[in-house]
Amino acid sequence: MTQFKPACPLPAATGETVLLAHGGGGKLTRQLIENLFLPVFGCAALEARHDGARLQVNGARVAFSTDSYVVRPLVFPGGNIGDLAVNGTVNDLAMCGARPLYLSAGFILEEGLPMVTLRTVVASMRQCAERANVDLVTGDTKVVDRGKGDGIFINTAGIGIVETALEIEPASVRPGDSVVVSGSLGAHGVAILSVREGLEFESFIASDTAPLWEPVDALLQAGIELHCLRDLTRGGLSSALNEIAGAAGVGVTIDEASVPVSEPVRGACEILGLDPLYVANEGRFAAFLPAREAERSVERLRQFPICAGAACVGRVEADHAGTVSLNSRIGGRRVLDMLSGEQLPRIC
Amino acid sequence: MKFVDEYRDSEAAARLSRSIRQRTLRPWTLMEVCGGQTHTIVKSGLQDLLPPEISLVHGPGCPVCVTPLELIDKAIGIASFPATIFCSFGDMIRVPGSSKSLLEAKAAGADVRVVYSPLDALRLARLNPAREVVFFAVGFETTAPANAMAVWQAEREGIRNFSILVAHVLVPPAMEAILGSENCRINAFLAAGHVCTVMGYEEYVPISRRWRVPIVVTGFEPLDLLEGIDMAVAQLEDGRSEVENQYSRAVRREGNRHAQQRIAEVFEVSHRKWRGIGEIPSGGLRLRDRFRDFDAEVKFPTEAAPVEEAKECISGLVLQGIRKPRDCPAFGTRCTPETPLGAPMVSSEGACAAYYHYRKA
Repeated sequence: MTQFKPACPLPAATGETVLLAHGGGGKLTRQLIENLFLPVFGCAALEARHDGARLQVNGARVAFSTDSYVVRPLVFPGGNIGDLAVNGTVNDLAMCGARPLYLSAGFILEEGLPMVTLRTVVASMRQCAERANVDLVTGDTKVVDRGKGDGIFINTAGIGIVETALEIEPASVRPGDSVVVSGSLGAHGVAILSVREGLEFESFIASDTAPLWEPVDALLQAGIELHCLRDLTRGGLSSALNEIAGAAGVGVTIDEASVPVSEPVRGACEILGLDPLYVANEGRFAAFLPAREAERSVERLRQFPICAGAACVGRVEADHAGTVSLNSRIGGRRVLDMLSGEQLPRIC
Repeated sequence: MKFVDEYRDSEAAARLSRSIRQRTLRPWTLMEVCGGQTHTIVKSGLQDLLPPEISLVHGPGCPVCVTPLELIDKAIGIASFPATIFCSFGDMIRVPGSSKSLLEAKAAGADVRVVYSPLDALRLARLNPAREVVFFAVGFETTAPANAMAVWQAEREGIRNFSILVAHVLVPPAMEAILGSENCRINAFLAAGHVCTVMGYEEYVPISRRWRVPIVVTGFEPLDLLEGIDMAVAQLEDGRSEVENQYSRAVRREGNRHAQQRIAEVFEVSHRKWRGIGEIPSGGLRLRDRFRDFDAEVKFPTEAAPVEEAKECISGLVLQGIRKPRDCPAFGTRCTPETPLGAPMVSSEGACAAYYHYRKA
């Protein structure tokens, strides 16, 4: 008969080097921000923990945001790094309730990059800028030695103007609010993975990259009292909800069955062992708004093709503050945690 | 979505839940063998649908969790050789070795790649003839056929720069070891459905007879598990101990004979050390002598220093269903997915990770 001697390993040394997951949008990213960046750079605008800073400049209310784009492959189904660079910053401004006006673009190019790739990316950036009605007004280019970059890295920064009187920020979220998601989730992450890992699916899954100011503006014009907006990029819906729950000191509950995910994305996630609630999107947001306006908001959003899948997925509560919980399809209830580390494919 | 939604239907779940409640007269402890099942249970909040008499304990079926520390250290050692490409399934790369994980080895410059199949690793070997490609062959009977196939194919094509680091373990010997432990309090098993798609379930019949324990081959969707529990409780309340197959849409009695033949051609049964549990007689697989050239342990002989395992982590007890993750004083405090003390906290099939990520609201 086997004798059991239960035992376990010594703790691994962690924290002394940067890991990929520090940029993954999950817990390690949050730790990096809270333990390293905020203590050094902390100021009122940063402490608001929003997608961008909302500032007062000579009486005008301005939003300012920046983001860097490092994606492999540079071109993927439904877009390329240029689309992400423009839409991403436009969306960060839109999430502050600001009309995006001006962008900057900084390019870090790797020696040997085919000029045709750069042309494709730049042409996409122009198209996206036109679609989002922003001007690209300043820029910079650097070239690094071959092997020291990954083709193209792009940084964009953007300025927008806040025309609404609403304070669209985590602190405005109230118990009783509804959580509306602007469209079906997970397409971007799955599109990237499908080309990165050379996986082919029966149906074509294209990235959802898109500018989001138009639908946000439509909600504002319809007089909907938006409390907070958050785009559902790295870490997906679950990370965004956890961030808001933490920042606003409220609980959030979502119903698994009401979260919109398209059939092809669900299928791909089932096969790959990924959870669509954690997969990145580049053209989706969550809106926190009074419950009485949820239905009207969903209807208004669905008039935009990129928001065709909009749905009310949950609500804000006073209890279980700081956490997100999920009612499962079969009627169980559990915590919906933040992504920890990168989502990785599993063994079997 | 077809073939998924049917197995997550809330009305059907409520029906099965009622059936289990009606049947259950006495307290029973059931072990689901596979970590994938544990995750479904915790992720779908399935405990909420069971009567308080039914206690589910979580089995050792997490291949990543039972891979010995020395082998992970060895993997990191091999990955750190300059000309190697070290390939692994995703969930192995976060598991801590004695000083670091494969992920941290990657951050330090090792070429560690996540693949979906050992055949992807074989393709990398074809494409990079000047480099040694090593695949971490982890898993139960489920992954054994594909790993056997990769080695078999490498031999057939004469690909010499490919090898596998074998950490294969087998389910039935582990179940017997758990039943033989004096702390065992398990009344019935939900056997791992995917293991049985390969191996069938004839080999469970003698176990069920010898230990008088019901064994229900069970799938991985919420309704599969509810139905498996319902079948197991029915046996227990009737005083029966049989092998039954809940997962009949995927599992046949005899399993997949072709896959079994390929496994037997490439591997042979051997004693294996299970992390946290100890050596289990006939508890795993190793490469047959004919395939020695594809054995990474032969190709990269390294000194495997015996590694001290820490006292604080109770993963050995968790893997045998003796304790639950929440019984561990380090759970969620000193041991989290970011700073794991043991493998069950990082693996996507680990019980501690399931409890941590999907804890009760």
